[in-house]
Amino acid sequence: MCASVKYGSRGPALIPRMKTKHRIYYITLFSVVLLGLIATGMFQFWPHSIESSAEWSLDRRSVHDAPLVRIPMSSPIPERGDLSCRMHTCFDVYRCGYNPKNKIKVFIYPLQRFVDEVGVPISSTGLSREYNDLLSAISDSDFYTDDVTRACLFIPSIDVLNQNSLRIRETAQALAMLPRWDKGMNHLLFNMLPGGPPDYNTALDVPRDRALLAGGGFSTWTYRQGYDVSIPVYSPLSAEVDLPERQPGPRRYFILSSQTAIHREYRVELERLKEENGEALLLLDKCSNLSQDLASVRKRCYKGQVYDYPQILQESSFCVVLRGARLGQATLSDVLQAGCVPVIMADSYILPFSEVLDWKRASVVIPEEKLPEMYTILKSIPHRQVEEMQRQARWFWEAYFSSMKAIGMTTLQIINDRIYPYAARTYEEWNNPSVVKWSSVNSPLFLPLIPPRSPGFTAVVLTYDRIESLFRVITEISKVPSLAKLLVVWNNQNKSPPEAIDGLSLDQTHMVERSECINKFASVFGTMPLKVVEHRADPVLYKDDFPEKLKSFPNIGSL
Amino acid sequence: MQAKKRYLILFSAGVCLILLFYLQGPASRRTPNRGDDPHPHWPHFSDPLRAFIPWDQTETEDYNVRVSPRHKRDDNSGAYKCRMDSCFDFSLCGSNGFKVYVYPQQKGEKISESYRNILSSIESSRFYTSDPGQACLFVLNLDTLDRDQLSPQYVHNLKTKIQNLNLWNNGRNHLIFNLYSGTWPDYTEDLGFEIGQAMLAKASISTENFRPDFDISIPLFSKDHPRTGGDRGYLKYNTIPPFRKYVLVFKGKRYLTGIGSDTRNALHHVHNAEDVVLLTTCKHGKDWQKHKDARCDKDNAEYDRYDYKEMLHNSTFCLVPRGRRLGSFRFLEALQAACVPVMLSNGWELPFSEIIDWHTAAVIGDERLLLQIPSTVRSIHQDRILSLRQQTQFLWEAYFSSVEKIVLTTLEIIQDRVLQHNARSTLMWNRLPGGLFTLPQFSSYLGDFPFFYSVLGNSNPEKKPHLPIALVILKTLISLFRCIIVLWNCDKPLPAKHRWPATSVPVIVIEGESKVMSSRFLPYDNIRTDAVLSLDEDTVLSTTEVDFAFTVWQIFPERIVGYPARSHFWDSNKERWGYTSKWTNDYSMVLTGAAFYHRYYNYLYTQYLPGSLKSMVDQLSNCEDILMNFLVSAVTKMPPIKVTQKKQYKETMMGQTSRASRWADPDHFAQRQMCMNKFASWFGTMPLVHSQMRLDPVLFKDQVSILRKKYRDIERL
Repeated sequence: MCASVKYGSRGPALIPRMKTKHRIYYITLFSVVLLGLIATGMFQFWPHSIESSAEWSLDRRSVHDAPLVRIPMSSPIPERGDLSCRMHTCFDVYRCGYNPKNKIKVFIYPLQRFVDEVGVPISSTGLSREYNDLLSAISDSDFYTDDVTRACLFIPSIDVLNQNSLRIRETAQALAMLPRWDKGMNHLLFNMLPGGPPDYNTALDVPRDRALLAGGGFSTWTYRQGYDVSIPVYSPLSAEVDLPERQPGPRRYFILSSQTAIHREYRVELERLKEENGEALLLLDKCSNLSQDLASVRKRCYKGQVYDYPQILQESSFCVVLRGARLGQATLSDVLQAGCVPVIMADSYILPFSEVLDWKRASVVIPEEKLPEMYTILKSIPHRQVEEMQRQARWFWEAYFSSMKAIGMTTLQIINDRIYPYAARTYEEWNNPSVVKWSSVNSPLFLPLIPPRSPGFTAVVLTYDRIESLFRVITEISKVPSLAKLLVVWNNQNKSPPEAIDGLSLDQTHMVERSECINKFASVFGTMPLKVVEHRADPVLYKDDFPEKLKSFPNIGSL
Repeated sequence: MQAKKRYLILFSAGVCLILLFYLQGPASRRTPNRGDDPHPHWPHFSDPLRAFIPWDQTETEDYNVRVSPRHKRDDNSGAYKCRMDSCFDFSLCGSNGFKVYVYPQQKGEKISESYRNILSSIESSRFYTSDPGQACLFVLNLDTLDRDQLSPQYVHNLKTKIQNLNLWNNGRNHLIFNLYSGTWPDYTEDLGFEIGQAMLAKASISTENFRPDFDISIPLFSKDHPRTGGDRGYLKYNTIPPFRKYVLVFKGKRYLTGIGSDTRNALHHVHNAEDVVLLTTCKHGKDWQKHKDARCDKDNAEYDRYDYKEMLHNSTFCLVPRGRRLGSFRFLEALQAACVPVMLSNGWELPFSEIIDWHTAAVIGDERLLLQIPSTVRSIHQDRILSLRQQTQFLWEAYFSSVEKIVLTTLEIIQDRVLQHNARSTLMWNRLPGGLFTLPQFSSYLGDFPFFYSVLGNSNPEKKPHLPIALVILKTLISLFRCIIVLWNCDKPLPAKHRWPATSVPVIVIEGESKVMSSRFLPYDNIRTDAVLSLDEDTVLSTTEVDFAFTVWQIFPERIVGYPARSHFWDSNKERWGYTSKWTNDYSMVLTGAAFYHRYYNYLYTQYLPGSLKSMVDQLSNCEDILMNFLVSAVTKMPPIKVTQKKQYKETMMGQTSRASRWADPDHFAQRQMCMNKFASWFGTMPLVHSQMRLDPVLFKDQVSILRKKYRDIERL
């Protein structure tokens, strides 16, 4: 095409003869090219708007647009979870590869609607709002990849947060139908409410081969240490209610029990504690007189008096978190949010993120059997420790409990740390907010070593060309037995030595300059890092009446 | 004109064409990519999704009607695997605290030296009881350390012997120590007898067999491992940058038969004979020649060119791959040599993993990714190498350097489980001075200990509202003495500005119940401040001196800060430690007759030290100050601090007849020598550290006007 146009342009001799014809020819040629250009432009620029409108329509996409997948009756069912699974046996680390950022790549399966042969969906609720939040948080994070071949971890879009809404067998079949399932290798499932009546197992009952399980409510019998991740049960109140952080300190009540379905035996025990200790305890229950609407989640009652939940939690130093049918309780999240120290009584419960969080700093774990001794146990904790725990509890909530995003990111970070252990966050980084804040100024030298004589020290002399005094310094210093090396930094090479000044410190401008420096430095540091001490180190027999010859540092004070 | 027009049209057509091609190109390049994946990100659904409702109110109510909590708890006790709730009887530990009983040794029962060391460590610890009725934990008198049938140490018929123990009770509350299990060729972790509900403290335990929060993984140690004390770490000073001659080293056997060599067989791929030196030899056993493979000769020749010790001490990282079993001696050797261990032993539950954060002291690699190891260790930043290296030294000295420490750590972990809410936090375990010296019963608040001020954000205790309280213990001249605790409560941080008349100070008189020396260091409830000033009744100290010493103590809260100093030395003629009170150029002890220290040390003295040492002090009515100095130096690994004092004090002290007679008493002096040696043998090493430094007020004896000096009384004679 290009060539023909060029050829055409080479025919000026023909033009006078076929003038009009040519004009038409040129005009058509020009308009064709122009049209082409416009078309290309359309093609080029429209797609943008087409695509953005597609994205826009994606934004407005409905769950019902997701493709429908029918599960045949005979579709294979995965095996039950293998209790002996560990990262080195059930996880394919080669998929994660070596990468300089030390970050795993996570792929999320696109949403599909699974139905059985007769068209009944596998889940009564479908995709829940919380699971949707979780997946979009992951997809917005650094972990996400849309390239399935580069992914190291796969997250199904099948929502298994709440086992109650699932049809176990069909969900398992749906999992096995995922294109990269491969015996569940490198797949991660999020579940918060495991088990169902009558036994309420502590791990998700859906058979899932080797898939990793991030579960809320694991017991020590079902938790595969170093493989599964124990996560909290998310409380929707985290998003609904805004509880301002309260200064740690003593509160109106000492112990508060806010759960509504406490076992009769335990309630009797709590009532007894209340009788013994009176006002220090507050035992709330559900409000029987209020209508059964949504607000009842947010109200608690004691002898007809109505309290706002979870606000009331802020009025207590300790808040009881007892096991229910399941070990994991959403109350824990509310309690932490209120900055109340949780008193966790759920034997064999694996606390959320226990792999990285030190719960001793934020909670009190008491065996269920010792419920009658709860009051004395809690009273024995020093009040400064209680304040520390209140602060830590609130911080745990902010960092790891406050949203589905926080829960999801923490889970992925834990798995990431297992795969790249040499780049893992340290235990202190997980648990100590001040370490996180000040990690850059943490000194790498912390072991108290007494420096031995053998390597000695290096002397660095900064000189301003005053050769005489410099030589005097050098002669003196060089006699020190532990001197290894003497470095002279020649600072003012081209200038002649300054006029006789006794010492730099006598020069007034010098002192003014130095105080300016100090102020400047302090403002850069934001605080004054220097500390004033009133002592100085001297040799043991310094200026004592003792023969100088016998002192190991003779004549030190006589200069 | 027309030609011009034509050319113009032509030219613009050409431009259009070029533009067309230009635009077409990228468009065609981009489109297919988009077409491939229509969902690059998770879509934002517009329709209202159902909320997740975590409240299981009705379910729980329904459940509670059917199931009693006790029933729920006991549900799992029948399971084969054990947890503390199901296999451990907490009620045995209730009234008497955490006590350990060791079955009496039977005649004719051979016990290996390592196991003998373990037993004697328990017996000399504060947990030991000889009464099984008081015990919470039981330890066998049968040597279960070596369960390799081919080993000469193997004990036969263990099964029946254990069944015959009268207190066995299916292993409930029993602790079994084991170092080796299984035998050639597959080295399983079977002990060859039924352990029942007993806890296992085992070396090289795998995560599959490990019962979390029930078993304890201990390190593999050799039979030469010292019983007490133990060598310190080899890191003597930090070098910056922290690199050593080699980056990564390994020297060990490559097994031609049996398990354990998958990783070792591949090591030669990574070996570069420069800074990554990974050597294997085929020489092991008698008939290695028979199984010899193609690489053997080459490997063996390379192997002999390097010295193990030289490599160990000159390498930044040391490879610790699995051998026959998951753990190896190399692990502790590397730890002591400050060579950061690079673990290549998939599935090994690392020693004391329950309490030690190994990420701060070791690099945990994956056997499957052996070829990436060199680039991984090279990518570790200098700062981190420096801190990893120091942490190896801390962990070595805190938990591994002797059999006693390993055993005590094991017992303390179990005690922490029994104490539950009172247990140590991971911070206490992983920071100086370590869990063995940080007793959680004292307080669960970190700020109550002298070691964690920096962790809590305040660098020293000076900011605290609490003010010094001096504890004055008046001692009568005879060993019977009464104690008077003088509590000083002032509301400003600088006591020097107030001259408190003696009457305004609340004086609490505590009459010592047993009237023994050790009651000087009892942790009285009346002591509420962190600082304790311990005095004798004949101590002559001025307010200024006390004031100055306190300001010094605030900077060094973990040490003893005081006046009269003494020193120790090694008497090579008599082959024992000597004690001297002569004026020397250095000191290693500060007498507690006039010294500040943290009140935690009172607690540690009373709780940590064994009864034998304390009763010895009580009988002699002497040496209590030496013992305190031993203890504090063992904790801090640093010397005490001597501050300036008036010359007069010493002379008055010496001038007093009663005092002089006591100090001049040759028996008194000989006793102190004897004490030192007794203490050193219990600690297993000499914890005292010499110092040549004395802390004086800043203008002390300087030629400036006395009016400018803050602590001028100290200079006046």
